[in-house]
Amino acid sequence: MSQHIISPEITFHTEHSDADFKSRVRKTTILLSVITIIELGIGLLIYNIHKGENPNHTLVLMFKGAVCILTLAKAYYIVSVFMHLGDEIRNMIMTIVVPLMLFIWFIFAFIYDGNSYKNLRNTYDKHFQESAVEKQEKKAEAPAAKPGGKE
Amino acid sequence: MATTATAHQTKWWSGGKSPFNMEYGKLMMWYFLMSDAFTFGAFLISYGSIRFSQNFWADPNVVFNAFPGAGHANLPLAFVSVMTFILIISSVTMVLAVHAGHKGDKAGVTKWIAWTIVGGLAFLSCQAWEWHHLITGEHAVLVDGHVELIGQTMRANPWGKLVEGQAVVDALKNTSHDNLVSLVSMHDHTTSHDVLSAMSNDALINKLDVAELHIREKGPVAFGGYFYGITGFHGFHVFSGVVINIIMLIMTQKNVFEKKGHYLMIEKAGLYWHFVDLVWVFVFLCFYLI
Repeated sequence: MSQHIISPEITFHTEHSDADFKSRVRKTTILLSVITIIELGIGLLIYNIHKGENPNHTLVLMFKGAVCILTLAKAYYIVSVFMHLGDEIRNMIMTIVVPLMLFIWFIFAFIYDGNSYKNLRNTYDKHFQESAVEKQEKKAEAPAAKPGGKE
Repeated sequence: MATTATAHQTKWWSGGKSPFNMEYGKLMMWYFLMSDAFTFGAFLISYGSIRFSQNFWADPNVVFNAFPGAGHANLPLAFVSVMTFILIISSVTMVLAVHAGHKGDKAGVTKWIAWTIVGGLAFLSCQAWEWHHLITGEHAVLVDGHVELIGQTMRANPWGKLVEGQAVVDALKNTSHDNLVSLVSMHDHTTSHDVLSAMSNDALINKLDVAELHIREKGPVAFGGYFYGITGFHGFHVFSGVVINIIMLIMTQKNVFEKKGHYLMIEKAGLYWHFVDLVWVFVFLCFYLI
């Protein structure tokens, strides 16, 4: 049967002791659930801010940013504990994580591009701009044609 | 002995050493998942780009506020949180299956894989209900000066800006008899459809409370394509994950891994399943939370 066992070259094992493993999984599960509940709470908070008179857009943006950070934390725990990436050899982790760094540029570039397209159309396309004007009249408190462009 | 050892090593990586001290299949599963992450990332970033290019976008708390069996109750985020927890829990059962596999515990693997499959199927059923509700649910929308009832499809989005006051009154006057009957019956469940059909348009309009109608303009068309496209692609991953897990369950039952002497295949299936959960975390963020 020895030829069926994993190669002797693979000497690195990610297993933990049973009790250690159980407490780790339990902790991570609770952590993920708590983060999700906080996210839902913030989601409902954003909903209630939107419902009220003159929603504070900076505040909404801040809450949305907080949700994004919490999501990244969740992703970190899923990948490093559930998928055991945190237990692998460092160089292996780097071959996965470094290419994903491309996303940092990717996200900024494309969202900037979308926002720039909106601003250009609001400037030069009168038909498109009408929808913006209406919105500004309705929400008189909101600053006009924000350069940040987040809704 | 030396020759058999060499032959055995070449079976894995052919170079005599295992890079990263890791099994070939597992490493390749990681690289596949990385490429898949780019696919999903591209979809979600494209969605973000389009969303930022619009002056108006549908509010997710208005779009996703239904719950099975709750009728027209306004419950934002409730159903999607159920879906999220189903996936998190199924991810945990998968971790337990992989761990049972490490110990060579066949009964444990069988049990936890089975629960993971149940979780996956529950998630898919939830998604099916949600899609069905969005596609068939009728919403009053102001189109060319009259009110129409449309659902959320790839071609139309009923969640534009709210229309209020005189515009609604004018639009109702131009609205067809059938649509008025449907509008009234949405809010008034006591009168039968036949009685309403027999009423005149003016009488029907009188029964409507303009302030409660929540008539909207058409929203951004791209919403439907992105929502169904991305959640559909994710749903397809869940579906294929369930199929893979069912195959793992059958192989476990047939003692395939027992004969091999290790349950590493469960670990690879587990990686895929966790990835599905990981993607949902981001889909949840992009479509439901922000």
